Amino acid sequence: MTETATTAPGERRLERAAAKRRRTRRNAAIAALSSVVVIGGLAALVLTSPGWPTVRETFFSWAEFKNAFPEVLSGFWLDIKVFMVVEVAVLVIALAIALIRNNRSPGLFPVRLLATVWVDVFRGVPTVLLVYLVGFGIPALELEGLPTDPVVLGGIALTLSYSGYVSEVYRAGINSVHKGQTDAALSVGLTKAQAMRHVILPQGIRRVGPPLLNDFVALQKDVALISIIGPQEAFRVAQIYQGENFNYTPIIAAALLYLLITVPLARLVDRMGGAEGVR
Amino acid sequence: MARGGAPVIEVRGVTKAFGEREVLHGVDFDVAEHEAVALIGASGSGKSTLLRCIDLLEEIDDGDIFLDGEVITDPSVAAVAVRRRLGVVFQAYNLFPHMNVLQNVVLGQMRAQKVGRHEAEEEGRALLARFGLEGREGDRPDELSGGQQQRVAIARAFAGKPRALLLDEVTSALDPELVGEVLEAVRDLKAEGMTMVIATHEMSFAREVADEVAFLHEGRIVESGPPAQVLEEPRAEETRRFLARLLRAGRA
Repeated sequence: MTETATTAPGERRLERAAAKRRRTRRNAAIAALSSVVVIGGLAALVLTSPGWPTVRETFFSWAEFKNAFPEVLSGFWLDIKVFMVVEVAVLVIALAIALIRNNRSPGLFPVRLLATVWVDVFRGVPTVLLVYLVGFGIPALELEGLPTDPVVLGGIALTLSYSGYVSEVYRAGINSVHKGQTDAALSVGLTKAQAMRHVILPQGIRRVGPPLLNDFVALQKDVALISIIGPQEAFRVAQIYQGENFNYTPIIAAALLYLLITVPLARLVDRMGGAEGVR
Repeated sequence: MARGGAPVIEVRGVTKAFGEREVLHGVDFDVAEHEAVALIGASGSGKSTLLRCIDLLEEIDDGDIFLDGEVITDPSVAAVAVRRRLGVVFQAYNLFPHMNVLQNVVLGQMRAQKVGRHEAEEEGRALLARFGLEGREGDRPDELSGGQQQRVAIARAFAGKPRALLLDEVTSALDPELVGEVLEAVRDLKAEGMTMVIATHEMSFAREVADEVAFLHEGRIVESGPPAQVLEEPRAEETRRFLARLLRAGRA
């Protein structure tokens, strides 16, 4: 009895470790097998489809890819530039809108009303319509000093649309900070503006990091919408190439370039979300 | 009410309602200089609301509150200036989670009282050391125990050299074994002559530290006087019932 009592815990531990190893091996085997079946099945379905030889030629031609890639890449560079400028503008304008909408002072009533209308209208209209309306509407006014460059106009349309979305994300963050934080900030003598600046905003913005980044993944893709008013960005370049050569490979090239940016961004969102969960 | 010192805080006929629900119905109440007044009463009796009204975190509906003889509840008075003369410690600590311990303590000093960073931090460190928090300056609040967090909150409220401190149930959120260290910090402030209003459920502490106990019942001060009198020989029926309930719950 005494002997089993002293050896038993060691044996149980070994048994459990062995069981855990068996379980891990079995799970890995199941995951591998089901991946092969599902992915292999899908691949077989596509590769054996009657149209596959034609599709391979018109969508996945290596020769066309090499040919078109430099042009598509330079078009994509325009996407990147527009994205960067619009993103900064959106971050700033959306924050201003969020702060205005959260401010209760009566003097700001008209501005608050405008901010509310801004969000309702620009968030409520499909981005592609906004690009169209701004792109053709503003030049049609023929006013001195207004931009006429379609890249700028497209950027303005994207800024209008996304600042509406992003201001709501900011607001959600601001409103998620516990009321006790404002109380504490005021109680140490801060003004309401100082409490917002030093206590509420730093906490609120940190919380909405993942959804903010999520909106920027969306924005990054929506830059392609400006192509409908003319700028030769990646999609437009690929489309022109496709029209001239009857081959869709450049569109695939453009898609790959987008993925090159959006997938790492998405992983970053995941990691931020994870870090938030751990905290 | 023949107590020493000029009144620092005077509350006169204060009424406060949240919508239809009237929480304070004409509260009268004085705190003399260097005096600690314990505010006792059941949950929902209006203790927190009264403290929040004094710090102008809530707007009162009727009556007046005076700080050092000046009315502070007049709409023309700048609330920010009043709050800089008072300190508040909250039940849930309400520390700023995105700042370290030292930054919590100096924020008000640097931004509101416009003290230079160097001086504010030096004072802040000394204050933290005084409340037994030496070496924790760089920690985030969530790395501290509840008792330590509440001591940081006390240091933060005290950093602005307030005329009076308002303590709102400062031990209610704490595990029992952590209550002592926070009460010790309050005792320390009392010994220094800090004027305080202490809303509390700790009757033994009220008896020990307070110069006066005021019993708040359904939004009115039903009874007030020296702790020995209010807690041992309560005159009002409501006070007797409240104390009997506490006794049965083993809290007195």
